[in-house]
Formats: sequence, structure tokens, C-alpha cells
Amino acid sequence: MNMMSELGMIAPPRVTMTGVTKRFGALTALDAVSIDIAPGSFHALLGENGAGKSTLVKCLMGTYRADEGQVLLDGRETQINSTRDAQKAGLGMVYQHFTLVPSMSVAENLILGEADLPAVIDWRARRKLLRAFMADMPFQLDLDRAISNLSAGEKQKLEILKQLYLGSRFLVLDEPTSVLTPDEADQILGLMRDLAQAGRISVILISHKLREVESYADEVTVLRQGRVSGQGRVADLTRSDMVQMMVGEDTFAKSEARSTSGSGSTHLTVRGLCVDDDKGVAAVRDLSLELRSGEIVGIAGVSGNGQTEFVETLAGQRNETAGEIIVDGVPYSKTRKEIRAARIKLLPEAPLDNACVRGMSVAQNLALRDFDQPPVAKGGVWLDKAAMRARAVDLITRFRVKTQGPDAPIETLSGGNVQRTVLARELSDKSNILIVQNPCFGLDLKAVAEIRRRIVDARNDGTAVLLISEDLDEILELSDRILVMSEGQIVFETPREDADLQEIGRHMAQHGD
Amino acid sequence: MTGTGFMNTMEAVAINAAAFVITMVLFGLYVTWLGHNPLDVYYVLWLGSFARQISIESTLTNAAPLMLTALCTAIPARAGLLVIGGEGALVVGGVATVLVGVLLSGAPFLVGVTLMSLAGAIAGGLWIAFAGALRQYRGVNETISTLLLNYIAIAVMYHLITGPIRDWERVLKTSSWSIPEELRVGALPLVDVHWGLAVGIVTCLILYVVMRKTTFGFGVDVLGGNQRAAQMAGLPINKMVLICCFMGGAAAGLAGAFEVTAVHGFASESLVVGFGYAGILVAFLSRQNPAAIILMAIILGGVAASGGLLQRRFDLPDATTQVLQGLLFMVVLASNAAYGRLNIFQPAAWRTA
Repeated sequence: MNMMSELGMIAPPRVTMTGVTKRFGALTALDAVSIDIAPGSFHALLGENGAGKSTLVKCLMGTYRADEGQVLLDGRETQINSTRDAQKAGLGMVYQHFTLVPSMSVAENLILGEADLPAVIDWRARRKLLRAFMADMPFQLDLDRAISNLSAGEKQKLEILKQLYLGSRFLVLDEPTSVLTPDEADQILGLMRDLAQAGRISVILISHKLREVESYADEVTVLRQGRVSGQGRVADLTRSDMVQMMVGEDTFAKSEARSTSGSGSTHLTVRGLCVDDDKGVAAVRDLSLELRSGEIVGIAGVSGNGQTEFVETLAGQRNETAGEIIVDGVPYSKTRKEIRAARIKLLPEAPLDNACVRGMSVAQNLALRDFDQPPVAKGGVWLDKAAMRARAVDLITRFRVKTQGPDAPIETLSGGNVQRTVLARELSDKSNILIVQNPCFGLDLKAVAEIRRRIVDARNDGTAVLLISEDLDEILELSDRILVMSEGQIVFETPREDADLQEIGRHMAQHGD
Repeated sequence: MTGTGFMNTMEAVAINAAAFVITMVLFGLYVTWLGHNPLDVYYVLWLGSFARQISIESTLTNAAPLMLTALCTAIPARAGLLVIGGEGALVVGGVATVLVGVLLSGAPFLVGVTLMSLAGAIAGGLWIAFAGALRQYRGVNETISTLLLNYIAIAVMYHLITGPIRDWERVLKTSSWSIPEELRVGALPLVDVHWGLAVGIVTCLILYVVMRKTTFGFGVDVLGGNQRAAQMAGLPINKMVLICCFMGGAAAGLAGAFEVTAVHGFASESLVVGFGYAGILVAFLSRQNPAAIILMAIILGGVAASGGLLQRRFDLPDATTQVLQGLLFMVVLASNAAYGRLNIFQPAAWRTA
């Protein structure tokens, strides 16, 4: 297969998607989305988390099958049922995370994706081809370098080269700059724009960074809750137009009744907190906040800006590298004794992995907080399984957990019921601090309403609630104060009464710009 | 007993029985290839392990250390660690027993035996707890470190018994000094099996109660099931890991103590006969359940006991019983993949909408 020398001769296809609808159970992820991408255009796909950007692209690349609607290539209706079909049609995707083999060389990584690689590789012939291919490219990489020696920017370039080598003329870049420095990002996006302007490729750029969209894209499609909320030429749109398309113009959803104004004593103080992610890269940088009794503080932000690491640090699952966490005026070191004394409760995202033991029953998972306290613990040492079970039955009824019984393994429950189980455990007695992350992710409307009501109830009872969510509507509905987190820092704060949607969206979309 | 617990037990019984049958078939093929009738071999296996009082006694004598070394893998495994250091902990325990025993020459029997057993248990416990500490505070993989600690323990013992504590009177066998004859532990009443068997059974039962009936055991199960949940609950993870490692290592050290006080009377290469490694197999067969270890150790003890007879009767190579143990280990490890996949043990009724 030798398509590289044809780059420039074969024009990218015109890609048209019309009325694409995709449902997952009761959830409509895409609702009659249409998009048209002319050969040689650089098209940005903009939207919040969960707006449907990835789903749309996956329908195009054959990962998902749309329930309704069509994909047209150069005006012909085309069935794309697999990534292989997509590759044959010249459609390629560059993922957010690298798909290179670190121990192999650039040359080896380039050819390993070929569909019909022979059993014995004629390296001399291949290298000649590869060199000719490289010479034709706007950016070059030494064929013999090992992947492990490449910088993140060079790896991203190689991912793009690989797609071009495999014959893709239509490239989807999924948030390609999230792992790059701003300089690398500018360089790569600039090169992609040049290739597009020369008519050699078309590009879809998935992004939430307005600056990138403004600087490099010709056209933009904005998605909001699975629908196209705006489409047009970037040159004709202002930044606030795009923000408005992203976050919508709705008035705030009606929130639950609130009893107090919410400004009691300070329960939680975070000062200058710094946390590294798994790779040792700073994820939370110099974060400070205060949380008072009887208020819900919402932290908005695009996912991947340090929220998960921040919650893990508060949960005792990750250590801070600097800064302090102070609970009720005392430095907090996350021991069981302190958690109990300060009545700190936690509902993290993906609770089955972060706050439950899969192999254990619902009753056992409900006992995680107080199995060493009476009545479950007898004499401080013995586990009273009957008492554990009786308490579980009570909590299951009070929080309406749908389960086969207290002895059913927690894994057999649906997502909403796992959420209810954890909430039942955390809110079974008086709480002072409640930390909640994406509590309603993937739940149906009824479960969402119930869980939000319980959070507001806790606030009304004087709990200090920290709500970290990627769902801006949820933040706006529940919070008394709204903070925006970006690149590991709190970049914006506003009381709920003065909240301006556009302003929040702008701070979420781009830090310090 | 809850429905799930019963189903899980039945599942383990069924899978282990199947693994045992498959192993026997494979072993049959092996002896057929060597030119023997597999049915004769099975019969001799039975004869050598459970058929007569003398073979049962031999089986139980082999089972005693296996119960204790199995705990060395099973208890840390409940906290999520894969410890394979039973062999080293047994050797360290045996050497400590000799040292204390020699010092206690002239002590009353009960005092002497108690102190020797404690010395063996503490030495073995600290040995494995060291590996636990390396893991928690230095990020060293506990499987690798305990494997290497086995070699270190054995090397240290050889160093001691060939020099500093060598009994130069014993010419035919390189060994350490002997413990005083009056501190040697004898046989149980009624059967000709040493007291190590009773200690092994009682230790298994005590640890069963600790792991299954106490809040400590529940906390360990949470840790072993999901470390992130244990962190969220604020459990003292480092302390729990160290305690589990110490308990497991102490059990294996106790095995070494009884090999010295009840079987050999001194430390020598006779301590390094693979009880530690066979214990890993027993732990896996028992699904890390200390009560089940008692039964599984007796079955494995039977395999070991019949080895001599098997080799004499059929003129089989010395390694034949090790081939059998190895086959059983591989089949048991492979059969672990079957847990949770057999529909009859996973009633669809558990699933809710």
C-alpha cells in the first residue's frame, strides 16, 4: 500500500452528515445533527462535556452506528460500520491519547497500522517509500528515532503523519492540544491549517478552547445537549456569540427551596493546594477556597482540569505536594478518626470504583463508614452481621435503593442505585462537610431530581457542600457560590445572584485569556 | 449463612474438584508416557496417603507445616498482597528456634517450648512484615521482595550452619547445634503425629475468626477489595498491611519452629524442602480462607506423603510428586479464571434493573 505519494493528487472527500440521531437507552446523545465539511476546510466542533461532540465523530468513524440519519461522502450515501471502513474511505482520527508503541522506532510505528502488512517486511523498499513520504510532508521526523525519545509535540505530529501515511485525507483531531504546550499546539495547528488551505486535507478539530478555534478554524459547529446550537464561519462570529451557543441562554433552572442564606461558620479551608497527577505533572496548582456551613459551593470546569485529583486529595486517595487542608480550624490528615469527628462525607465520581468494594454486598458497602462503631461493632472488636444487615435494610428503604436485597453484590445494582447506596451511607447520620463530584452523571431524570434534592436538603440542614461538576446546569441550579476551575486553579468566583453564564463559560473555556 | 456465601462456597468446591480431576488426568498421561498403568499409580497414591493409619499419619505430619505456610500467603492476600515468602519465613523461624532453644538449655519444658515457638513466630513475622514495609513505604513489589527474601533466608541459614552455629560432631549431615533433648516436642495422643498439627489447626481456626468475625478482618477485606475505598474510609492501611504480613510470616515461622522442635531437632537443609512453596498452592486452593486451609493442607499433605511409595513402587524419578504438585498448581491457577463465569453460581435473579 503506497498512498503517500498520492497525497496532493487525491482531494479529501466532501463529508456530509444529515439528521444524525443517536440514542443510548433513554438518553438522546445526538438529535438530528447535520454538518457539511467541504474539501480543504478546517472545521471546529465546539461544546461542553457531554454535548455530543465525541458521539458525532464516533458515528462518522464507524465506532457507533447512528440510529437515524446519513453519512454522505462526495454526495454518495456511504455505510461506515467499522474504523476499517473509515480508513478505506480516507477518514482518520487522531486521539487525545497517544496510540504509539513506545519501544519502537518512528518508521516501525508508521507502517504498523497498514492493513495488509506482509509477513516479511522488505525494509529497504519500505524505507525508500517512507523517506519519499517524509520529504513530501510539511514537517519531518527522523525515521530511526525511538518513540520514547520524542516530545509530546513530536508524538502528536507522528500520530498525524501516521494517519496521512495510511491514506487519510480527512482528519479528526480530538482535543489534540490538551497534552501539548501552547507553542507546540500553535505549531501543529498551524501546519494542519496550511495543509488544509492547500486543499490536501480536511480537518475536524474537537475543542473547547475558543482561542484555537478563532485562530485556526474556518468554520465552526457548536453542539449543546446533542443539538446543533450554532453553525457558521468563524470570521462572522464573535467570541461571546460562540460562548452563548455553547452554554445557552436559558434562565437558571428552578432550584430547590432553600431555608437559610447560607453563610455559617467555615468548615473547610484549602490554602495553596498543589497536587500532582499519576505522571507527576502538576494537576492542582495553588488552589485555595473556603467552604461554610449551609452553603453549596459549585466548582464548574471542563473535565481534566484537576477536579478529579482535587477530589482524590480531599478523599485521602492522593497526597498533596504543597499547601494545607484545614477542617474546623485544624490541619486535616484524612484519618478515620478525623473523618468521623469532622463528619466529612463524600460522593465521588464513579462511586463503584472510588467508594465501594465490588465483591461485597450492599449491606457491607453500606457499613464502610461505621463498621467499627456500635451497633455494627460489638465490644469494639466483633462484627455483628445481623446489626449490619438490619441497618442496611433500614437505609435501603429510606433512600429507596432498588436492590434484590441487602446481600446482593453491589456490582449488580444500576448506576443510579449505586449512587443512592453511597449517598445513603454518607448521609445516614449528621454531616458537616459533603463533597460531591458529578453526582448525576449518566442517571435518568427521576434519579437526578432525587439526588439533587438530597444534596440541597443536606445544605439546608447546615452541611457545607462542595459540588464539583462538569454539568454547568447542575452547578447553576444547586450552588450558592460558583467557582470556575481551569488548569488546576480557581480562575473565577461569583455569587449565584450575579452569575453570568457567558462569563462563566468564557472562564471555563480558556484560562487567563 | 446467606445465599451468596453458600453459592460462593459451592462454586469453590466445584471448581477445585474439577481442577483436581483435570490434574489427575494430566498426571495419568504423564505416568502413561513413562510406561505405567495410571490406574495402578492412582491406587498407590491412595495407598500412600489415606488408606492406612501409617499413611494417614504421614499425611498429617506433612500437612502440619503446610497449614502454617499457607497462612503466610493467605492472610496478606486478604489485604491485597501476593506474598510468596513462606519458605524464607519458615527457615528464619527454624533458625531462631534453634538459637533460643540452645540458650534455654535446662529450662522447664513448657517455658522452653513456648519461648522457642514465640521466637520462631516473631522471626518469621518480622521477616514478612519487612517485605510489607518495603511495599508500603518504598513501593517495592511484595511478590518480588518475598521471593528474593527466600533466597536470602536460605543463604543466611547455610552460612550459620556451616560456620558459626555448626555442630561439628555431626559429620554425615551439615547441621546447626541441636536443641536440648528435653525440649523436643513429641507426638499427639492417639496418633503418631507431632503437636505441630494441633498448633496448625488451632492457628487456622483463630485466624479464621479474626478475619471473618472481627471488625479488623472486615477492614482488611475492604482494603483487599478496593484500596481506594479503604483510603476514602480513612482506614489505617499501612498498619493493616504490616499486621497481616506479620501474622502470615509468624504462622510460617511457627511451622519452622515445629519442624525443629518436633521433627529434626536442629536446623539443616531439611528445612528447605518446599513447604513454603507448597503452602502457596494450599492458600490458592483455599481461596485464602483460613478454615479451608486445614482441609486443603491435608489433601496436599497426602500427595507429599505418597511420594516415597510412588517412587519406590514404580521406580519413578524423584521429582514425580513435584510434577504432580506443579500440575495441580498450574491447573488451580488457570481455574481461578472460572470464578464468576459459571452461570449456575451466578443466579440472574441478583440482577436488578
